[in-house]
Amino acid sequence: MKLTVWTYEGPPHVGAMRVATAMTGLHYVLHAPQGDTYADLLFTMIERRNHRPPVTYTTFQARDLGADTATLFKDAARDAVARFNPQAIIVGASCTAELIQDDPGGLAEALGLSIPVIPLDLPSYQRKENFGADETFLQIVRHLAKPQERTAQITVNILGATALGFRHRDDVEEITGLMSDMGIGVNVVAPLGATPADIARLPAAHANVLLYPETGESAARYLEKTYAQRWTKTVPIGAGATRAFVAELAQLTGAQGRPDESRLRLPWWSRSVDSTYLTGKRVFLFGDASHVMAMARVARDEVGFEVVGIGCYNREYARPMRALAKEYGLEPLITDDYLEVEAAIAAAQPEMIMGTQMERHIGKRLGIPCAVISAPVHVQDFPARYSPVMGFEGANVIFDTLIHPLVMGLEEHLLTMFREDFEFHDEAGASHKGHGAVAFPLAGVAGGSAPAAAQPPRDISGQKMQQEQPVADAAATGGAVIWLADAERELKKIPFFVRGKARRNTESFAAQKGVTSISIETLYEAKAHYAR
Amino acid sequence: MTAPAPGLPTPPLMAPAGGGCRTAPVLKERGQREVFCGLTGIIWLHRKMQDAFFLVVGSRTCAHLLQSAAGVMIFAEPRFATAILEETDLAGLADAQKEIDRVVAQLLARRPDIRQLFLVGSCPSEVIKIDLQRAAERLNAAHAPRVRVLNYSGSGIETTFTQGEDAALACMVPVLPRTEARELLVVGALPDVVEDQMLDLLARLGVGPVRLLPARRIDDETAIGPNTLFALTQPFLGDTHAALIRRGARHLPAPFPFGEEGTTAWLAAIAAEFGVSAEIFAAATDAPRARARKAIAQAAETLRGKSVFFFPDSQLEIPLARFLTRECGMTAIEVGSPYIHDALHGPDLDLLAAGPQISEGQDVDRQLARARAARPDLTVCGLGLANPLEAEGLTTKWAIELVFTPVHFYEQAGDLAGLFSRPLRRKSLLQLEAAE
Repeated sequence: MKLTVWTYEGPPHVGAMRVATAMTGLHYVLHAPQGDTYADLLFTMIERRNHRPPVTYTTFQARDLGADTATLFKDAARDAVARFNPQAIIVGASCTAELIQDDPGGLAEALGLSIPVIPLDLPSYQRKENFGADETFLQIVRHLAKPQERTAQITVNILGATALGFRHRDDVEEITGLMSDMGIGVNVVAPLGATPADIARLPAAHANVLLYPETGESAARYLEKTYAQRWTKTVPIGAGATRAFVAELAQLTGAQGRPDESRLRLPWWSRSVDSTYLTGKRVFLFGDASHVMAMARVARDEVGFEVVGIGCYNREYARPMRALAKEYGLEPLITDDYLEVEAAIAAAQPEMIMGTQMERHIGKRLGIPCAVISAPVHVQDFPARYSPVMGFEGANVIFDTLIHPLVMGLEEHLLTMFREDFEFHDEAGASHKGHGAVAFPLAGVAGGSAPAAAQPPRDISGQKMQQEQPVADAAATGGAVIWLADAERELKKIPFFVRGKARRNTESFAAQKGVTSISIETLYEAKAHYAR
Repeated sequence: MTAPAPGLPTPPLMAPAGGGCRTAPVLKERGQREVFCGLTGIIWLHRKMQDAFFLVVGSRTCAHLLQSAAGVMIFAEPRFATAILEETDLAGLADAQKEIDRVVAQLLARRPDIRQLFLVGSCPSEVIKIDLQRAAERLNAAHAPRVRVLNYSGSGIETTFTQGEDAALACMVPVLPRTEARELLVVGALPDVVEDQMLDLLARLGVGPVRLLPARRIDDETAIGPNTLFALTQPFLGDTHAALIRRGARHLPAPFPFGEEGTTAWLAAIAAEFGVSAEIFAAATDAPRARARKAIAQAAETLRGKSVFFFPDSQLEIPLARFLTRECGMTAIEVGSPYIHDALHGPDLDLLAAGPQISEGQDVDRQLARARAARPDLTVCGLGLANPLEAEGLTTKWAIELVFTPVHFYEQAGDLAGLFSRPLRRKSLLQLEAAE
């Protein structure tokens, strides 16, 4: 047994649902108890889908267990085929049904249906969501892809995009456009938007573009082995990686065209003087391995951040993650334990987190801004506007995503310049609200600058938000270190959006040195110690 | 409904002229159910019982369900977790009881503030027959008196959505202390603000002391005995009802306290039992009744003459249909409930005018076909169905909000009506055709 508070990935059958829901003309008959239908709302609510996922749940109950759950499955499968008229079905078991060992594959086979029946074997007690998606897509491809001639024009398949993917919808559109500039057509996009008939046509493409290794790599490998289709290894996130992807694709397909870079803004935005303040900002990256590895390159090489922590929750990609982390001189954090990630972030004290929605929560609690770069997704990760993270437009989007949580460069200077102004301090409130305005809780103003000392995680469900506590109280609980009055006054002169960090750094510096009372000297020694 | 006692403080509610629904034929269906399992109750129970922790012994699916249902509502480390079963647990390589001891020790070390621990069974733990009762008894002996350890099942093979709360409360009943006092016990988790309003109303009636189940903290004085009289605030507490009766307590049947009528009838049943005079009852309730009627009237302008179709979800459907038809002027087409329990739902069914199809259980595709054919003005359904139905042009109300929002008693009656009128008002406000 493993004690788990939050999980990064759902069970493997949810991965299978991501594939089934992404496709059309495919139905999933899932042997599952009442309650497993909760997964429908991930798609209808988080992704705002206007259709129910194409899943039929057998909904067995305790009283069925002694009786005939196999018949329940067969009836559900037969009814689903009659009602939804799919081109093919996938069949499998959720975690509970796996225990009762009804063999959905065999049962469905015995029905003698006129459409392909694809059995799934997804071990619920060993594997997780990404594996489920990857394996399901592989099985669909194995069962449905047919040998055939290559297309006359240069075409590729785009593999790996699923329902509930992080920006998959827009990434596919961006990469399709980019390849169109290069004179490369798209044969099939799969699973997203594909029908079983489309899957049969996969071998007609000249090569495969694998955008999401987590959910498409097994299928790409299978297609390479069986149909000699080579596949792209570069994930085109960031300007540099997109150019590398273009070069790789040109080499794989022989395409001569070059994509239009006229709308790519990231390199200049990064070089422009306002971006100077981004230099060396310490960032911690965590998420799925592919997004984290690609984003690390953007963070370091294209924005000028310092990567101080890196990791992923999917163990399947531990090896490439370790190799990449070594390049950055880091020991990677490979875990799906949310509390461990929180502890690592608290220890690293980054100035920004690039993570998932889970790290966004960690950031809220620790007072560190967070940019979301990876699944697991949240309703916020499905913006109405076009917002890819891949290709050249994706590079622009990433630049904005990374700087918006931070205090802007010019703002930073102005805040320092005006910090003695009677109207311009943290207790004054926003000036456009008039002089009666009450100050915001600190974290709200400065894009999440540290309000509270780093503390072990604790429950705040009785309160609204930790940020509502006054900063001094939160910090006062920090430990045995005492601030002398003059040091406390000096601390107040530091702009409020970095004051929390200064307080934290000084206190941990003092603790390291065994100093129990902090004077102005200690404050500035700490400043020098942490200076870059 | 209860036989009107002599001197009942208010005239009993008028039963519908054409008869109620209590004896109407019920369409019983089974098939795919689009509902949560009982684990979901942990989401509100752990907020209600501030010294309690809920440890699910289950699979990754259970953890994922809790996370998805809790969504982003909780930013902190919550007072629930899942002990996820792994391959070694299934293959019998690890002793489940020892594993539970280890996980609980880890948990209690991390959370010394925990006074009550619930071991919650799930589908997989029930199927492989992990004996959580044995575990709870052993752990209780080990950690008493600091921590009380109990167990119940929130599995989908045994419980539907709100039945999880029922199972949790029912497992507490046998361990509550005994009392001989003639006391009112109010049963069902309510938001604190609503609970305080209710206690205030009962105090004005002169009924007291009032005990609560669940109590906010383990040290609160809730006890049960042969002179206990209990009232339910939630219509899904069938097992708790039975467990209380086993301990000799007596149920005060009444319509549930939704809307002005429901709240008045619920209070009247208690007032009759405790001999509250008509004057005192009127003094305590006249003003809030008038406020509630006024608040409902605003939302009812939108709702009057509209039809409503309930998919089964929380077992709140029957009392809510009674409220919407009698107080808001709506017509019910179908009222689906996961389970119908006559002792609990009977008083509301008596007041719900005959006409709607009453259904129990679910075959979701067949029910969807009925809803599409009926084209109700408002469909009350779960989150998995709401957006797909909206896309088909039906207006929906998410049923889960009825469980997570304060909706009981007079001061919330207007809010309750507002939950139903808002989707309809929104539909009439938006001018999206021009944009399409």
